[in-house]
Amino acid sequence: MEYILIFISAIFVNNIVLAQFLGICPFLGVSKKIGTSMGMSMAVAFVMVLATLVTWLVQTFVLVPANLEYLQTIVFILVIASLVQMVEIILKKLSPILYQALGIFLPLITTNCAVLGVAILVIQKEMNLGQSLVYAFSTAIGFGLALTVFAGIREQLELTNIPKGMRGMAIVLVTAGLLSLAFMGFSGVDVGLRKLMGIE
Amino acid sequence: MKKLESTLLNMVLVLTSVTVLMGFILAYMNHLTINPIALQKEKTLNEGIKSVMASSDIEVTSVDTLRLHCAKGKEQAFVIYHNKKGAAIESTTLGFGGPLKVLVGFDVQGAILGYTILEHQETPGLGAKADQWFQEGQNGCIVGLNPSDSLYVKKDGGQVDAITASTITSRAFLLAVNNAYQAYISNRKEDKQ
Amino acid sequence: MNYLNIIKNGIIKDNPTFVLMLGMCPTLATTTSALNGLSMGLATMTVLLCTNVVISCIKNITPDKVRIPVFIVVIAAFVTLLQMAIKAYLPDIDKALGLFIPLIVVNCIILGRAEAFAAKNTPLASLVDGIGIGLGFTLGLTLLGIVREVLGSGAIFGWVFIPDNYNILLFVLAPGAFITLGYLIAIVNKLKK
Repeated sequence: MEYILIFISAIFVNNIVLAQFLGICPFLGVSKKIGTSMGMSMAVAFVMVLATLVTWLVQTFVLVPANLEYLQTIVFILVIASLVQMVEIILKKLSPILYQALGIFLPLITTNCAVLGVAILVIQKEMNLGQSLVYAFSTAIGFGLALTVFAGIREQLELTNIPKGMRGMAIVLVTAGLLSLAFMGFSGVDVGLRKLMGIE
Repeated sequence: MKKLESTLLNMVLVLTSVTVLMGFILAYMNHLTINPIALQKEKTLNEGIKSVMASSDIEVTSVDTLRLHCAKGKEQAFVIYHNKKGAAIESTTLGFGGPLKVLVGFDVQGAILGYTILEHQETPGLGAKADQWFQEGQNGCIVGLNPSDSLYVKKDGGQVDAITASTITSRAFLLAVNNAYQAYISNRKEDKQ
Repeated sequence: MNYLNIIKNGIIKDNPTFVLMLGMCPTLATTTSALNGLSMGLATMTVLLCTNVVISCIKNITPDKVRIPVFIVVIAAFVTLLQMAIKAYLPDIDKALGLFIPLIVVNCIILGRAEAFAAKNTPLASLVDGIGIGLGFTLGLTLLGIVREVLGSGAIFGWVFIPDNYNILLFVLAPGAFITLGYLIAIVNKLKK
């Protein structure tokens, strides 16, 4: 039951991009076309869930027992970097087309603050393994949703006449702001759902 | 100086030595800062307790951790800092955006001496005002009130003014205070037994 | 090596926030007030200085194929050192910046600069570049923080000078960050012409 709450909250109420500001670089960089956005989202989703799984296990069974919590940042980022390398190699073999389409964005998943952010957040919020994985998966869906919706808007923007000064990043950011404002409409949904389900 | 060739041996060697070196530096730094960090935590807690007990000279005589089963069956933990004036109690509820952790100071009769918000995820400008709204001299002042008959917002028939446009946060806050009071009372009963 | 030019470059021509558009995550997240923006900028600059110098020093003994992992280890180490120092001696900043301190590790500016500059220049030049880019980033963040704080809380660096009723809450919330940055970039674009 609680998992549904995490699911809804991570996608709508606390959307990773529009509310928590993680994953902005790919959000602004990859969202020009709906196709690439969806491909990127799937790659990020895969890396995010896998990374959260591995980092959670490392934190619980290696770092904490050995009193090495201060190595968290280094270990986590190395795990993520290695995972991304692996995904690159696998993708090259399985789907060279997708690999070409994603181009430089694939290695950039390493520096995607959302992946490292989620890995750290689940530890900070003291979630167990199940909750962490659901959170990671839901966050990735939230990321994909924000990315794809935004790509749709941007494809439309291409067809409109924008004042010279606002062209480029300026109008993209203001549009993102409006999308973020729209998502704010979801706030309080998780509180209501909680009451509905009778969970405190 | 010519760059080192990218042979497998060189790569492994360099990466490993850099990692090990960094590891040692971090271990040393960790050793240096572990005490100051613990001291900071203690200092923040002590200042918090001083402010909620409305006294600049208070010492914690004993600390209890009480686990109570609340209405919905879930277990809640309260940390009780006993002192000569009464006790400061840490209580957590679910606010609008996430957990709301409050430190409330009670005197021996159970009247509120002060409070501070330890952790919150409320909206800035709305629920986040809780750290000031219920203080002495403010619209929702709870200092001096005794939660023996629980505190509620005016909307729910109580006497406390809720934060404008933040009823959910206000309710969560008062619930935390009420729970803290109940924890204090049951802890005292336990002592007497 | 014209060091003054390198600094000017970092602040104006290659300004990370308004020109290169790198490091957007902390830019939007930590600029709810001028002080937060300033602190984040300075923290990032500290790490950038250290990593630029160290990477420039070891650039010749780092085999080409393994340079990215090595850079990442160095950057992660310095970020952890910064984290420890802040937790021990500046707990208020730790509270204000929260998750974004360890996230400096994935700030594209630092890895980007290591690749683009430090790996190809002398330690001294890399140090100066770090200062330039760092100042550019800090300038961008502080500016954004000032605008958001003035419009959203009616204050500047904590000094309140606009009464509560005239505050536009939106600017300290998520959408406000996007919108403010968008318009600031538009203004910069106009000034560039």
